[in-house]
Amino acid sequence: MKKNNSIWTFFASVRLAIFTLSFLALSSIIGTIIPQGESSTFYVQKFGPKMAQFFQVLDIPDMYYSWWFVGLLGILSCNLIICSLDRFPAVLKIIRADNFSVPVNRLAKMRERKSWSMLTSDFNGPGLSDILKRNGWKPQSKKTDNGELFFSQKGAWSRTGVYIVHTSILIILAGGIIGHFLGFKGSVMIPETKSSSKIYSYDNSTPIDLGFEVRCDSFAIEYYDNGMPRDYRSSLTILENGKEVLQRDIEVNSPLTYKGITFYQSSYEGYQDFVVTIKNSVTDKSKNFVASFQKQKLWEEAGIRFGVINAEGMGKRIVRSKLWVKVGDAPAVIEWVEDGKEITAGSDNNYKISVKQMYATGLQVARDPGVWLVYIGCGLMLLGLFIAFFMSHKRIWLSIQRDDDKTSSLLLSGSANKNRTDFSRQFSLLAEQLSKKIGSTEL
Amino acid sequence: MDSSQLLGITTFTYLFSTLLYVAILVFKTARLGRIATGFTFIAWLIQTAGLILRWRESYQMGIGHAPLTNMYESVVFFAWVIVILYLLIEWKFKTKIIGAFAVPFAFLAMAYASFSTDISQTINPLVPALQSNWLIAHVVTCFVGYAAFAVAAALGIMYLVKKMMKNGEDSSARPTTLPPLATIDDIIHKTMVFGFIWLTAGIITGAVWANSAWGTYWSWDPKETWSLITWFLYAITLHARYTRGWSGTKIAVLSIFGFMAVIFTYYGVNFLLAGLHSYGSS
Repeated sequence: MKKNNSIWTFFASVRLAIFTLSFLALSSIIGTIIPQGESSTFYVQKFGPKMAQFFQVLDIPDMYYSWWFVGLLGILSCNLIICSLDRFPAVLKIIRADNFSVPVNRLAKMRERKSWSMLTSDFNGPGLSDILKRNGWKPQSKKTDNGELFFSQKGAWSRTGVYIVHTSILIILAGGIIGHFLGFKGSVMIPETKSSSKIYSYDNSTPIDLGFEVRCDSFAIEYYDNGMPRDYRSSLTILENGKEVLQRDIEVNSPLTYKGITFYQSSYEGYQDFVVTIKNSVTDKSKNFVASFQKQKLWEEAGIRFGVINAEGMGKRIVRSKLWVKVGDAPAVIEWVEDGKEITAGSDNNYKISVKQMYATGLQVARDPGVWLVYIGCGLMLLGLFIAFFMSHKRIWLSIQRDDDKTSSLLLSGSANKNRTDFSRQFSLLAEQLSKKIGSTEL
Repeated sequence: MDSSQLLGITTFTYLFSTLLYVAILVFKTARLGRIATGFTFIAWLIQTAGLILRWRESYQMGIGHAPLTNMYESVVFFAWVIVILYLLIEWKFKTKIIGAFAVPFAFLAMAYASFSTDISQTINPLVPALQSNWLIAHVVTCFVGYAAFAVAAALGIMYLVKKMMKNGEDSSARPTTLPPLATIDDIIHKTMVFGFIWLTAGIITGAVWANSAWGTYWSWDPKETWSLITWFLYAITLHARYTRGWSGTKIAVLSIFGFMAVIFTYYGVNFLLAGLHSYGSS
């Protein structure tokens, strides 16, 4: 009923698929040449006001999310769904077909076939089917009017491969849509020792409440000998209602996930200030202080005064700083401290002090509840492509017929829907073995 | 002997094996075929040794990583996969003349890697973004795909050459002439299908990696977009073949077009368009 509908046939056509894919491919080029997501003044400056206005109409600055690009993806999805619904019943029919009902005259016209006539009416059906078994086929048999028909097939379900691929594309798109509407992507800059309970959305910079706090305890950059960066590392602590619940270091390829929200190391910013860490090696108590350049600070509890009085940099990066520390009434200690090293101070040298440049860590923050669907889709796509390309539905029939009292004829025929050369080779091998077997029983 | 010497030698050996394959066509001596194959295989072994040595050298420098991290290394790996894929095709389809079309791609890649002033041959340590287990999976899957498409394009050129020569004896399958058009068409298709699966896997591993490094599996970055454009192009070609019965000249032309998209994705994007995926351009 549906099939006579012209809209149905339009959406079920491969022609539409080829058109949509071509259009998607060609139009995608635009967004790789014209920078995406810039401010409107950027386009006016670069392309002129007329062109910029034209861009605005077609949503070119955000073309992959524009009405027409999403529309094309929509058409592709409809096309995939309807063409699959259109063709799948026929495929299912082939998979479930009763292959014993294929008439012998059709078997005799198959692409792969070989026939023999034997000077005996006393044929050996089971013996012949053993040869099929030995070649990895699992034949079933059926008595016919004047003989027997054996049939075996492999990989009938491999015909579904292409539909698995089509479904996988729909699953990936569904995952994308779920992520787009139910998830968020944003970023936040957190200075060392500070925390934040909000991040800022990429789309419109609106703040998004995390529902908990994330604190940056420290940020560090390591370098290779040649000056290239080796590692960006942030120590993060998650706080719920002010209580520490999780502490972890993150690096570029190893993010932290908490309550479905993932924090990725993405950038950093250097400050003019310093982070001074003082640790009491007797009580093991330690505290971080943010100290401005050449300003005195005080840790009242321990009676320590300190400050950074000088610093030496390499480019933007501070490599050593000169610390001034006075514990209680003891004489002040003034020492250069290398980045990452510590000095001792106090009457029994019981305070360990280190100093580093202060940074803010730049975190990318994302929540994407659709990503698992996307991954499942990707897995299915690879599986489907493998089945669709490398597996085939192979069928063989062996028909034995008594022609009269003295002779009978044997017909081996087969077909494969793909990789026919391989099948042809298998078929010839099988036919050869049958020839030999018949040769011995004839005598 | 260091890796750059070995890889430098490889450039010339691939040139020489190209000449050997062409010589089969010119002098019509089938015996040259075995020599060409043997020589190409030895050249490939030298290149393999070069790659392994480069890998080792990076460990000796204390910055150990697989030699798959910049333009130079990827071009060398590309050539390496082209040759091994070609040798497998030669072995499976028992035809040697394809070498005259496929091996030059490996030679050109190696020549570019060795002599271009755009790309640096030094072994550099990995920046934080590249320090991931996905690196090897992503680069290997992509470049096996790219190499398969290169071989498919070589076959496409071969098909068009054969078609233009119009030598009426198409059915002849002598070892010193180009294989029959139907055979070339069949191998083009199989190579393309092979490349398509690997390209798919390459895009997927890239997406998974991007998600674990940046929190987004797809950002419409020019590199990603061009890989998708390439994927669409081959998807169109495969649909045209399966459902509309396209074959022969049309598919041969599409195999060349597809490879042009591959080259743009691989090379053009790095040098002409800005984006996140800038590691390959130095």
